[in-house]
Amino acid sequence: MFNSCTDPSALEGLSWLLCYLTTGKHLSMYWAVGTVLLLLAITAPVALVFGFGGASAARSRFLPLRWFGKAYISVVRGVPDIAFFMFFVIALDQAFELVRHKIKCPGWDQDIWQGNDFVVCTAAKLPLGTAPQWVHETYGFFLAVLTFSIVFGAFAANVLYGAMQAVPRAQIETAEAYGMTHRQSFWRIMVPQMWVYALPGLSNLWMVLIKATPLLFLLGVEDIVYWARELGGSKTTQFTDYPHPDWRMWYFLALLIFYLGFTRVSEVALDKIMKRLTKGQATMGGEAQRKAAA
Amino acid sequence: MKKLVLSAAVLALTAGLATAQTVRMGTEGAYPPYNFINDAGEVDGFEREVGDELCARAELTCEWVTNDWDSIIPNLVSGNYDTIIAGMSITAERDAVIDFTQNYFPPAASAYVGLSADADLSGVIAAQAATLQASHVAETGATLLEFPSPDETIAAVRNGEADAVLADKDFLAPIVAESGGELAFVGDDIQLGDGIGIGVRESDAELKGKLDAAIQSMKDDGTLNEMIKKWFGEESLVF
Repeated sequence: MFNSCTDPSALEGLSWLLCYLTTGKHLSMYWAVGTVLLLLAITAPVALVFGFGGASAARSRFLPLRWFGKAYISVVRGVPDIAFFMFFVIALDQAFELVRHKIKCPGWDQDIWQGNDFVVCTAAKLPLGTAPQWVHETYGFFLAVLTFSIVFGAFAANVLYGAMQAVPRAQIETAEAYGMTHRQSFWRIMVPQMWVYALPGLSNLWMVLIKATPLLFLLGVEDIVYWARELGGSKTTQFTDYPHPDWRMWYFLALLIFYLGFTRVSEVALDKIMKRLTKGQATMGGEAQRKAAA
Repeated sequence: MKKLVLSAAVLALTAGLATAQTVRMGTEGAYPPYNFINDAGEVDGFEREVGDELCARAELTCEWVTNDWDSIIPNLVSGNYDTIIAGMSITAERDAVIDFTQNYFPPAASAYVGLSADADLSGVIAAQAATLQASHVAETGATLLEFPSPDETIAAVRNGEADAVLADKDFLAPIVAESGGELAFVGDDIQLGDGIGIGVRESDAELKGKLDAAIQSMKDDGTLNEMIKKWFGEESLVF
């Protein structure tokens, strides 16, 4: 990266470290930090939408929809994350390709499953075999977002379901007395009030989600924990200009600080949101706020 | 990485559309000198050089991807990449699931490494999970301690968690040489497997044929032997 880095063996101390920390490999690690943050930024709202949908479905008065919502919540919550990430994603990818295969190659005469192999025509591959590497990486990333959203959506659905049940019955009764329909009382009375009950559970989920990102590597997305392990492992002179012993401890220490800092920032933000949501609510927190102001 | 992708894309475009099919080469990127990620963040090593030469000879456009060792075969059969070129020894067990080309590396010696030359080989032995060495350790009756990556097996010996590690000798040699006497080979070398080949899907006979022919031509004109000597030292086993 810098001109002074052409001969690392001649460098010492800080200038060596500067060169070492700006190798292409390290830049990939910094890039991975961005990937992880982007994943969180997309997954959290999408999972919340899934959760809201799941919870609403589970409370639906229409029986099959209620079954669907309850099945989604209990099945996904019950399957271990690692199994979900190993098999569900490959199955999802194959399902996409199967659909494309049926549409694009109607004249295909071979079996799709040949023993262990899953073979679809070239035009049905997702992404296409000829697509550049970044397309493959982006596709893998969005598969990851989808999988994370489905998993965390199920947990969020259970939290929101509980939160909806926790809104005092009297509030809904009052809404009914005013002549609101079921739909109106749901959107105008229940949804605005449920968040204060949901937030503690949702904040737990957010913390777990932050730390679940190493599962990304199972999907072929190189995350920060992968890079920390790869960069920290001992390197001999034959294969690198920057040989070093086992430095994983330092890399993982850096990760520890990153994760702790990130969760701390989240805590502060969540506290602020909680204060806002509590305002004017018929809860102990809301009552305390009212007394403090009075 | 970005640059590599970009230059590969440019190459693919300038090479014309005659070479329509891109072959994705799956590797682990954590097993020097076979394959590793170099300082620039690109796949490098013996297999990178062999693979690129094979692709040139078979007139294929190749792209390198890395994948975790544990899921390297499932991802091949489900079509996420087209070959496994990751120091994978040809064994009957693996051959039942995928196909192998002829070997591009002769049956390599495996060796034990411990903290001293008289380490207890019937004690706790570290090996990478799902490798030839791991199944060999299980057969010898020693306690097998498996790790997901090769690097962790060495760390286990260094911190005393395992008495010795069993791995390919070519992987261990540079580590022992640079350990400053901390690590030592234990006992005799053992021969495992039928050499290292490129793994392809069983339904992919066309690609297998092309790669087989390219490997044969590299064996015939001696380029493969030169590459082996370059990466594994002058006295290494050649064809």
